[in-house]
Amino acid sequence: MARVLINLPKAKRGEIVEIRTLIQHPMETGYRPKGDGTSFPRDIIRNFVCKLNGIEVFRADLFPAIAANPFIAFTIKAEEGGTMTFSWIDDRGRSQTETADFIVE
Amino acid sequence: MMPSVAFTSMLSCAVAVSTVIAAAQTRDPRRSGFEDMSRESQAMQRDDTANPGMFAVLEGEELWRAKVGSRKTSCADCHQNAEVSMRGAAARYPSFSTAWNGPVDLQGQINLCRETRQNAPPFPLEGPELLALSAYVGKQSRGMSIAPPDDARLEPFRRQGEALYNMRQGQLNFSCANCHEDHAGQRLAGSLIPQGHPTGYPLYRLEWQGIGSLQRRLRGCLIGVRAEPYAYGAEEYIALELFLMSRARGMAVETPAIRP
Repeated sequence: MARVLINLPKAKRGEIVEIRTLIQHPMETGYRPKGDGTSFPRDIIRNFVCKLNGIEVFRADLFPAIAANPFIAFTIKAEEGGTMTFSWIDDRGRSQTETADFIVE
Repeated sequence: MMPSVAFTSMLSCAVAVSTVIAAAQTRDPRRSGFEDMSRESQAMQRDDTANPGMFAVLEGEELWRAKVGSRKTSCADCHQNAEVSMRGAAARYPSFSTAWNGPVDLQGQINLCRETRQNAPPFPLEGPELLALSAYVGKQSRGMSIAPPDDARLEPFRRQGEALYNMRQGQLNFSCANCHEDHAGQRLAGSLIPQGHPTGYPLYRLEWQGIGSLQRRLRGCLIGVRAEPYAYGAEEYIALELFLMSRARGMAVETPAIRP
């Protein structure tokens, strides 16, 4: 669906780390006029979920008035490492899932 | 012992003061728009995983390797590794093209290459592919000083650009200099008026929610003073860019920059 940039730092056990994600998406609000009286149909990312080893650690619902290429940053407490999956779902039902290794020392 | 310690510290104090004064005297009065952005926007530009302009750079990297045209050649077939061959290229543009017999900007050069070397149709101006490829090439010069070529053939065009920069136009009858020289650092409504140095193009502008070229930025200013903007690729834009780049000589390239 799109390009994704993820900044997932290495962590020490018990440390609070900030995870930053950026995804390429137009985030069309549905209010922008086309010039023929109609509007460009709404197409925004609705939902973002981050899971660690299959367990949900962060979720966000997105709404119109969020700019294109949404940047989502959140913190988690590093207790165990493993596979982190990030998934975004948009209005057209397209979804994008990225995985990254979360290293906890 | 004591007096000599006091003397040494006084001496070092005096040296420190004189270096501060020297630094103040030699400090460049020119400011990149980066320095006047909010802390958040600056952080966005500094971090490549938070800078949405990097999407264009990644796309450009793909286009660099894509084999196109009737000869099925890619940019990489001639120029190999862009990180080596394109280092400093964006800092030298616009430059004089003998093929074109006039000045070309980086985007014009990319399209010239496409037509003459790859035998492929040129990218539409201000289209996503051309912006991506010029962002990728531009990024290879990041941190380098802007170094316009000392080419006598460019001089008349640079002078034309300077004349345009100082020429009043539009219903509001403003020249570029009216804002960007006389009132730089002050505010137009809520926005800060920058000095107008083209250090980071093509850049990701938050207002555009996308990447755009210097020509798009100039177009915005022309519309702002209610003048009729030139068509994309017009020689006036190239002339203005030539002048602006010579004005920004020595400043660091920031491509892909972030601007509000």
